[in-house]
Amino acid sequence: MRVPLTWLRDYVAITDSPEELASRLTFAGLEVEDLEYVGLAPASQPIAGLPAAGRSGPPARGLAWDPATIVIAQVLEVMPHPNADRLTLLRVDDGSITEHVVLTGAPNLFHLKGTGPLAKPLKIVYAREGAVLYDGHKPGREVMTLKRAKIRGVESASMACSEKELGISDDHDGIILLDDDAPVGAAAADYMGDVVFEVKINPNMARNACVLGIAREISALTGAPLRPPALSVTLTGAPIAGRVGIEIREPGLNPRFVLGLLEGARVAPSPYWVQRRLRLAGTRPISNIVDATNFVMFELGEPLHAFDWDVLVGRAGSKRPTIITRRAEPGETLRTLDGVDRRLDAFTVLVCDEQGPLSMAGVMGGAESEVADGTVSVLLEGAAWDLISVRQTVKAQGLPSEASYRFSRGVHPGLAEKGVARALELMRQWTGGTVARGLVDSYPGRPEPVVVDITPAEIERQLGVRIPLDDVVRILRALKFGCEVSGDHADPHAIIRATAPDHRLDIGTGVVGRADIVEEVARIYGYARIPETLLGEVLPPPHPNRDVELEEQVRDVLASVGLQEVVTYSLTSPEREARLRAADAGGDEVAYVRLANPIVVDRVVMRRTLLAGVIESAVANSRHTDRLACFEVGNVFLPREGEALPDEPRRVAILVSGARSPHGWQPADRAPMDFFDVKGVVEELAEALAVTGVTFEPGEHATLRPGRTARVLVDGAPVGWAGELHPAVAERFDLKGPAVIVAELELDPILAKAIDRNPTRPVPVYPPVKEDLAFVLDRSVPVARVLEVIRAAGGPMLAGATLFDEYAGDQVGAGKRSLAFSLTYQAPDRTLTDADARKIRDRVATALAEELGAVLRG
Amino acid sequence: MSTNFDQIEKDALEALAAAADSAALEKWRMACLGRSAPLMAALGTLGTLPKEERKAFGQRGNQVKQALERAFEEASDRIGHAELASALAAGAIDVTAPGRRRGRGRLHPATQTLRRIYAIFAEMGFQIYRSREVETDELNFGLLNMPPHHPARDMWDTFYTTAPNVILRTHTSPGQIHVMRERCPQPIRVILPGMCYRYEQITARSEIQFYQVEGLAVGRHITMADLKGTLTAFAHALFGPGVRTRFRSDHFPFTEPSAEMDVECFVCDGRGCPVCKQSGWLEILGCGMVHPEVLQNGGYDPREFSGFAFGMGPQRITMLMHKIEDIRYFFANDLRFLEQF
Repeated sequence: MRVPLTWLRDYVAITDSPEELASRLTFAGLEVEDLEYVGLAPASQPIAGLPAAGRSGPPARGLAWDPATIVIAQVLEVMPHPNADRLTLLRVDDGSITEHVVLTGAPNLFHLKGTGPLAKPLKIVYAREGAVLYDGHKPGREVMTLKRAKIRGVESASMACSEKELGISDDHDGIILLDDDAPVGAAAADYMGDVVFEVKINPNMARNACVLGIAREISALTGAPLRPPALSVTLTGAPIAGRVGIEIREPGLNPRFVLGLLEGARVAPSPYWVQRRLRLAGTRPISNIVDATNFVMFELGEPLHAFDWDVLVGRAGSKRPTIITRRAEPGETLRTLDGVDRRLDAFTVLVCDEQGPLSMAGVMGGAESEVADGTVSVLLEGAAWDLISVRQTVKAQGLPSEASYRFSRGVHPGLAEKGVARALELMRQWTGGTVARGLVDSYPGRPEPVVVDITPAEIERQLGVRIPLDDVVRILRALKFGCEVSGDHADPHAIIRATAPDHRLDIGTGVVGRADIVEEVARIYGYARIPETLLGEVLPPPHPNRDVELEEQVRDVLASVGLQEVVTYSLTSPEREARLRAADAGGDEVAYVRLANPIVVDRVVMRRTLLAGVIESAVANSRHTDRLACFEVGNVFLPREGEALPDEPRRVAILVSGARSPHGWQPADRAPMDFFDVKGVVEELAEALAVTGVTFEPGEHATLRPGRTARVLVDGAPVGWAGELHPAVAERFDLKGPAVIVAELELDPILAKAIDRNPTRPVPVYPPVKEDLAFVLDRSVPVARVLEVIRAAGGPMLAGATLFDEYAGDQVGAGKRSLAFSLTYQAPDRTLTDADARKIRDRVATALAEELGAVLRG
Repeated sequence: MSTNFDQIEKDALEALAAAADSAALEKWRMACLGRSAPLMAALGTLGTLPKEERKAFGQRGNQVKQALERAFEEASDRIGHAELASALAAGAIDVTAPGRRRGRGRLHPATQTLRRIYAIFAEMGFQIYRSREVETDELNFGLLNMPPHHPARDMWDTFYTTAPNVILRTHTSPGQIHVMRERCPQPIRVILPGMCYRYEQITARSEIQFYQVEGLAVGRHITMADLKGTLTAFAHALFGPGVRTRFRSDHFPFTEPSAEMDVECFVCDGRGCPVCKQSGWLEILGCGMVHPEVLQNGGYDPREFSGFAFGMGPQRITMLMHKIEDIRYFFANDLRFLEQF
């Protein structure tokens, strides 16, 4: 919310600089997001319009009006320009000895051209040569210095200012015409210079979406007394009683409805000071009647609505109109004052008469009963509405407004009467109308007074600081709580009975109310005064966290074998994941956690695999490197039949591609990685976690290249896949470089097998016997099977068997291959003899020959 | 028959001088000292000589044999050294060529920051607790004191799923309810890390998904002073022991009183710089005393228990610490970015 300093000063004395005040408000929970200078100059920072004074700091925003060159003046006569029809020359008195002639093109003086000396001079803001202003002819806010210039033969060095030139608004359609009391010769900055505070209003601060609310906070923070506006109305008209009725159908939606009547009004522009304040607060002045409703909304926080009384009387056939508030009926429509015909939803609350809808309650008025230039009498509505209904309507109709902003956060019904009274008096002053005696007030939803009992001890329990009872009471009273104390003021258990003021809806009862009061006290007392202590509370019992520790261990192991960790989006699209299928068919039936309101087309579902993401990382990096070795640990999201929430298993994905060594230059280093690099990573991981029983078996997977695909199992149960990307998949991802090998494994079943107390074996004392044996076998016999037979046949003295060479070619014949193993024989209790070794070798060779048809090579 | 040992010796030594490598040397050894060498043949005739000649013949023959053997040893050493030298010369490498680096794997910068945060809070007794990312509306909002249509819900732009009342969590706060319900009435000190989601445009400053770390402490004697002390200790551990902190009032529906913690800008030591937008302070986290409704929803009686909670964005902290200008770097996974950590 935008709050001008001069407006605040109506209700509270301010001695702080704007920067100090902004800081105070920010620390109290009313964050000042921006300070915009509109005329005044900051004390210590440079700003456009005035030279830097004092130390430098963050650049202040806005324009300072130099008191020497920007002053109040009066126009004595509007004269024609000798050479230009669209320009006029103003005879101006700026309080100095001589009069000046000022050239202007302002259309709002045009009707006075050549009418001779003005009977009543017009007050303007006059800028002398050298004044620094915003350029009125350029878009945005561009600073310029006023220079002497000749326009169509007439020299001019000064200017009559528009709001745009002074930074009040973007309006450059005419010059500012000030109120009659503006003192000629005074500096404009002194008369109406300002600073606008842009205050962020949090949801719990709805009461402060008004100038008086901010002033009340300042009063509580600084101790300066609050001077709220008078709410007395001069009532001279015929009583309103009996002339209009109110019927509230659902008090839950409309707890209060107040009507007042102004008659004999003359619609005209508001006084300039009102227009300026509304501009600075961020709204456009319309007319004295509409402006009065907006002024009171900004001042007190009560949005009002003005109906043209004669239209209502006319609709009622000159009988007594009755205002009805109710929910919209099916199919009902209303033409709102922006000229749009709106279909109304059942949650929308309407203000109607017996003939039909007049306005959408708290959101926007209807076109027919709107106040217009010809309006003479005004029926003024002040009401309270259910905030949920207003929120729904605003959202459905796309109609945010200053009124709905407040109603959708909650406006206390106690404000309705005050707002109507205040606005009627302002309208009376500004329109010359008379106010009908009395108000029609229907208040079926009067809230119970909110009373909270709180003790200094309770405040200390929450804040960790003892705040004396009298200080608590002073803070609460400054915030307009009623306070009654029972007990000795020095007793921390003395009870303060606090009654929430009738502008607040945010104070709860019971334990919640106490928390609300504690927050209010802490805010005003100052968070900075609360000490800093370390937790004295007993430590909670430790809960096993092995799951998290193991996951972090997985990351460490994978990084230690040279893989870069990546984190990819869990939001993806079915199309992205469909690229993982080499054959295009199928997949439409895949169930996803799907967004109802995606923000980008390619992030619409939660991923079911990590693979698409890590492959996309490879694609992105392929533009600048041929090599990638990476992993990701993350969740995938698998919808479950009959369950609202998906399963979210953890997985690990591994991807390698390109040269084996990241920085090598020799042939062995430059060789591209293959399936066995990924398999090696998985084996390292299993070993690090002491997970035994990890096996790989040939398999088929839609993403992976046939013949280079393995299903990964732990103790015979599948946990994932490893393999080279199918060429068709690589092509669909537009990967043109070296082979890409991936693995994706379920983490939970693997980690479940991890043991952190794996038993050790004694280190052998007696020397091993090593020998290399090569066997010729059918190609179809897998190495794993050969090793299985070797190990079984070797017995306990076969300490190791490792494949070290594979050969296929002429020497072994078609369909065959030679596999060379390095065997280690060892006994725990003695040095083996040649005879021992021969026995083991013979057993192995025999078993391989019998079971697999292997032939020992000589 | 007479034997000219002098001639044999002379011929052999001449032949030895001509041997240039170890193969020639070996050939010479066979020729001159082998079984069929002239010297050996000559010595073999010893027995056929008359007795009185034998002694002189034998002495002379052995002299020659020893001389030849000595000469062979010398030549063998000479040639061996030369051959080794030339073999070593042939095997020289260019030691200035690049080394064979195995390639160090790295953890993602977000993981690195998360781990620093875990470690600091672990020392203060906070354990890690994780919960699901796809949540119910009730856990994400309702039980955190935000009933349907509550104005505070405007603070979170939410991704809804096609399943009714199922959303992507907008913060890790649902974990507060999960952990309280699981552990009530034990005291609690946990860190709740994880991925969260917001309906936002992807820009340099905002992402549709991001990491969050929350903390929660619940007990019988926990105060806002403890909150300030704990978080200041955290700031000292993460940003430096001298760094100042300040607490501003703010609003979160699930805490009351609520605060925002600023840390003195560690880039400029509070003097004002572009990183802190000249303010000298960096907004680091939101925090507050757990709202009584939330305690109650977790099973704790707010008249007996109190607690504090806080939440921060590890990515934002990483960005501040490493002067990262664009949050999109985190999930773009460009190696040229990741390899800088």
